[in-house]
Amino acid sequence: MNHKIKSIIPQLLTLLFVVAVIGFFTINAQLNMEERGIDFGYGFLNQESSFDVQFSLIEYDGSHSYAKAYLVGLLNTILVSVLGIIFCTIIGVIIGIARLSPNYLIRNTAAWYVEFFRNVPLLLQIFFWYYAALRALPLPENTEPLFGVTYLTVKGYYIPRLIWENFDILIYSILAAIISIVFIRNYARKLQEEKGQQLPVLLISAGLLLVFPAITFVTGMVQLEVALPVLKQLSKTSFIYAEGLSIPPELLALVLALSLYTATFVAECVRAGIQGISKGQKEAAASVGLTPNQILKLVIMPQALRIIIPPTTNQYLNLTKNSSLAAAIAYPDLVLVFAGTALMQTGRAIEIVSITMLTYLTLSLSISVLMNWYNKKIAIKEK
Amino acid sequence: MININILKPTSSNFQTYLYIGSALIFIGIFDVFLRSFFNINYLTFLPGSLNFLFPLIIGLVGLQMIRLEYSGNRIVDKINQNINNNTFNAGLTLIIIFLTLLVIPPALDWMILEATISGDTKEACVATEGACWTYIKVWFRRFMYGMYPNDFHWRINTAFIVLIAFAFVGYFMRGKLKNYITFYYAILYPIIAFVIINFLISGGSFGLEWVETNAWGGLSLTFIVSFFGLIFCFPLGMILALGRRSELPVIRYISIGYIEFWRGVPLITVLFMSSVMFPMFLPSDAFVDKLIRVIAAIILFEAAYVAEVIRGGLQALPRGQYDAAKSLGMGYWKMQIFVILPQALKLVIPGIANTFLALVKDTPLIFVVGLSEVVGMLQMAKTNPKWLGYAMEGYIFASILFWAICYAMSKYSQYLELKYKTER
Repeated sequence: MNHKIKSIIPQLLTLLFVVAVIGFFTINAQLNMEERGIDFGYGFLNQESSFDVQFSLIEYDGSHSYAKAYLVGLLNTILVSVLGIIFCTIIGVIIGIARLSPNYLIRNTAAWYVEFFRNVPLLLQIFFWYYAALRALPLPENTEPLFGVTYLTVKGYYIPRLIWENFDILIYSILAAIISIVFIRNYARKLQEEKGQQLPVLLISAGLLLVFPAITFVTGMVQLEVALPVLKQLSKTSFIYAEGLSIPPELLALVLALSLYTATFVAECVRAGIQGISKGQKEAAASVGLTPNQILKLVIMPQALRIIIPPTTNQYLNLTKNSSLAAAIAYPDLVLVFAGTALMQTGRAIEIVSITMLTYLTLSLSISVLMNWYNKKIAIKEK
Repeated sequence: MININILKPTSSNFQTYLYIGSALIFIGIFDVFLRSFFNINYLTFLPGSLNFLFPLIIGLVGLQMIRLEYSGNRIVDKINQNINNNTFNAGLTLIIIFLTLLVIPPALDWMILEATISGDTKEACVATEGACWTYIKVWFRRFMYGMYPNDFHWRINTAFIVLIAFAFVGYFMRGKLKNYITFYYAILYPIIAFVIINFLISGGSFGLEWVETNAWGGLSLTFIVSFFGLIFCFPLGMILALGRRSELPVIRYISIGYIEFWRGVPLITVLFMSSVMFPMFLPSDAFVDKLIRVIAAIILFEAAYVAEVIRGGLQALPRGQYDAAKSLGMGYWKMQIFVILPQALKLVIPGIANTFLALVKDTPLIFVVGLSEVVGMLQMAKTNPKWLGYAMEGYIFASILFWAICYAMSKYSQYLELKYKTER
């Protein structure tokens, strides 16, 4: 009995404290809003937003609603995050492996890269790329082509645009390829477990991924045209490249800074993962008679990935959250469009900030849940 | 048997190979050196891409010629082991050497040889192509102290010196006083720091003129924000970590909810919240200074990260430690304070250092609420009509500044880690 009371009292006190704090805030918020004549509600989302966004993945202008503006911001945030994650993984894996290189120069160059880029604030790096490095690029009319058809100018990066016909059929063919790959993988695993034979799964998968879309091309169901960027004069001194796809400098600077910064952390995760595998594993695998390729594929990588993936996902999450720094260089992400412009116009601080935070929270928590599930699945089952 | 691979040395003819190989490597490096430092290209008779790749090819051949498992020559063996194990590594080695040679002259020119630091106006910089360090010199005080009035800079300096002096008090605590060292750093020191900063930097009493927090800025603001952030987020994080490991469900779930919430949102939205949403949550007559709101937001935010790091340490402790402490008859708090936490904290020094580094690197974000520390001041200086076009110098200056601070912190944490390492 005594023990029970002892455990209830602190819980009750904590609960009371939390309820009191939340209650205090709510009452104040109500009073404040009454005073200012604002009534709480999310109805404003349907109102006309009447502001434009510079860069949008979907059709949007001032006549659309605030809800649509929110969607534009969210999509832009996702775009930056996905691009950043792709590039930071590529750079991070290269640097992480380079840090373990037997070559003295490479090892130290990689170490210097990591030491430098992770010790400088991300915001400073974004500013550096946007205001100093990209501003030093030439004007469109003076630009030499990069890789023949792309133009890196101070107004953005212009690349050819791909114009697809019947794009959906291509997607279906890729989906079909992926499904058949899953089947083949399962079959290959079964074959290996039962008879010890191995299929060249990677080769077959790559082949399928090429063959299926290729068929759609050959049969003429899908067609592809390329629109090259062409220099166009807007006024006497102002030029742009039309026709092609233009990537704004804000996006460029943001992706550069985010991926270079996060790559340092990914590199450390990769290095820790590879170093975490004891030498005995490699020697044991070799003495069983596996080839070096098999050792890497069947012994080292599965174990290293178990160490690498959880912290790396954490870094991806950080990158996604850090992409909110976009607001600093006026890239229209969720924070700038919604928590910035929309908030200024409507003055609905509580609603908008809460929606923004909830969005990021949902994003983070869903990745966390996925991660925990994955962690449980790959964890070593000890007997 | 005829040796088909003519580029592969054997131990008998190694001397010849060594001479030819070294000569080839030297020619390759010398060629790049001439091209980059003196802009001379002796190989114009070669067609375009061959001309460009010549040093690389000749260097590769040279490195290939001196590659031998054991040559007997110490220097050559070292080279072969470290930068010349195979053709791929040899190529990367050459590329790194060549890139270094190519980057040095323009960088040197820009940073030092053609740079200016004289004068007090932009005119001093117009003549040269190089960096304009005059800009940094002129704005240096702003980068350090923000818009704080020039006449009062001594107040900030004194405050920091006094704070550092108080921080070293712990070293001189001997004997019985040593028992109070935690109490001093956890409770007394923050209060002293607040009083000093309140009276000396903020002013308003003792004949010191009041300076509003909007005028604070520059590196001193970075220090103030990080300082209070560090001091307060640590105990809060510790309590949350214990809460998350608690056996009492209400406390555990509240801690989990708190930690997951703050870890799930970006700091920039938290700062937004502190500046636009938080005033709505207070009684309308209450006023909390912007700087305090921002620091509070940073503390609440970072505490969640600190909590997760400390939880890692708590989980890493073997169960036996808990059982042993309990069997000695220790209560919950006694067990945590004297047995569990000292060991757990020792384990997580690197993690905590990383979180603190993140905090320092996050301070520039306070620009979103209109406070400008170093990076914010840079943005201000950059848009000053008298000093347009020197963004690069400013960013390099700030990068070096932050890099030095963060590097020093990480080195200190490594030192602490070694100091408190006990063999297990």
